[in-house]
Amino acid sequence: MANQTLAVIETRDLKYTYPGATNPSIKDVSITINKSDFIILTGPSGCGKTTLCRCFNGLVPHFYNGTLEGEITVAGLNVAEHKIHELARHVGLVFQNPENQLFALSVEKDVAFGLENSAMPRDEMRKRVDWALQMTGISELSERPPHELSGGQQQRVAIASVLAMQPDIMILDEPTSFLDPVGAEKIFEVINELNKKLGITIILVEHRLDLAAKYANKVIVMNKGSVALSGTPREIFMSEEARLIGVGIPKATKLYQHLKKHGLSLKSVPVTTEETVKLLREALKHD
Amino acid sequence: MIEVKDLHFTYSTGLEALKGINLTVEDGEFLAVMGQNGAGKTTLVKHFNGLLKPTTGEVLVDGVNTRDVSVAKLARNVGFVFQNPDHQLFSETVEEEVAFALKNFGFEKDVIEKQTDWALTLLDISQYRNTSPFMLSGGERKRVALASILAWDPKVIIMDEPTIGQDHLQKENLQQFIMQLNSQKKTVVVVTHDVEFVAECNPRVVLMSQGKILAEGIAEEVLTDPKLVAQASIVPPQIAQIFLGLADLGLPTNVIDVHEAAKILLNRLRERQ
Repeated sequence: MANQTLAVIETRDLKYTYPGATNPSIKDVSITINKSDFIILTGPSGCGKTTLCRCFNGLVPHFYNGTLEGEITVAGLNVAEHKIHELARHVGLVFQNPENQLFALSVEKDVAFGLENSAMPRDEMRKRVDWALQMTGISELSERPPHELSGGQQQRVAIASVLAMQPDIMILDEPTSFLDPVGAEKIFEVINELNKKLGITIILVEHRLDLAAKYANKVIVMNKGSVALSGTPREIFMSEEARLIGVGIPKATKLYQHLKKHGLSLKSVPVTTEETVKLLREALKHD
Repeated sequence: MIEVKDLHFTYSTGLEALKGINLTVEDGEFLAVMGQNGAGKTTLVKHFNGLLKPTTGEVLVDGVNTRDVSVAKLARNVGFVFQNPDHQLFSETVEEEVAFALKNFGFEKDVIEKQTDWALTLLDISQYRNTSPFMLSGGERKRVALASILAWDPKVIIMDEPTIGQDHLQKENLQQFIMQLNSQKKTVVVVTHDVEFVAECNPRVVLMSQGKILAEGIAEEVLTDPKLVAQASIVPPQIAQIFLGLADLGLPTNVIDVHEAAKILLNRLRERQ
């Protein structure tokens, strides 16, 4: 099939049970993620988001053991048959708290660390590090010790470290939750650039959809271990089921719903502030 | 009542984290301390229960200078819930964790049991009673940390970034729960950069930047001033951003609540018809 060539992650009836657990943490997961998708993966705490992400980079089943059933292919590799380090070439992971990821004495050493392990020639490594620092907007910080940087800067270092490996897919687990709103916005913009300019597939695990929705083309909502909903941000925000599962609907969309209930229908469903302002301007002028 | 008078604090590294803070937190008040990473928010609230003592200036809790009493004594009245629950948790089971301080304060056995049950139920973690806190998710560990403080019923509850790692429903629960504490005349101080959370709770807001207080007032006023919030590296809540974008139409710009926003817009339409 033509669109199968675009798929970077495909799962069919994926089911996984941690060792010793009686119930599976994820089950019946059949999804396709295409190259250059910007996916938001969301759902209540304990819904299986983290476990599913662990399948994407092979930590499940190779590190956690347990029982994996069904099929999963990542970057053309069958996860069950390929080791973590093989998958790591294609899948980069950025954690919630950058402090857990950074350890070197300087920013550039942190960013170079993964490359040193891959025995890359020095020149090439230098180029890669500089490129990763530039893409994340932290070239001027290259000599600084990471622990002296702000939380937002540290998170950019963590992203640069992953980016230097030139992964096809980047998984980010609530990468901005420790950051102030301005710092968070900058991180989302960096991630968006990597997606739009370099075509890296983004899987963003996030509760705060209001901040991230404008960058994503697809939202996957998990609940109780399975995929409950999947669609564009607009579709998800307007879905009654999403509301019942407890997906945080942006205030812009809520405002739309309130106005509609009282007889004012805007021309379309807004997700962002800018869209709402535009639609309200039209509505207030016409009437 | 907590009174902060010309508080300066310098860490041993030489970092001057607080540069002259004057602030009063009234009994029964709900206060949000907001501002950028590194603004000094956590450093400030750590003075409220004596975890830190002023380099110069003073902090009085119910008239008592925090220099003159131990943290243990202050803790009876002022509970502090850390941003990172791992800095707080250490017991083998969730139940022991929640009961720990009650035992330390020397409560009777039946009171300990009753208070522990109450706190476990309140935070929706009673199913983990016999589980190790470290087996739980980050969000759940945060609730254990909160339960362990609430169990001994302090007058003042300080929460450092309570919404981090919480999903939408948990945030709604947390909000209701803070309202409930507040209605029981508890003083609640929340350190946060979650503007939407603050917009829904509508507490008094103290905005900090670089070790100083930039502004204080009700959320509706402080969070809708684009210049102020920019200085503090936060952004106005989405409803406020929308109304700021419509400012030239003569609509009010200090709106943060979605119901109020809808009402204003519908009224405007009716006037025009």
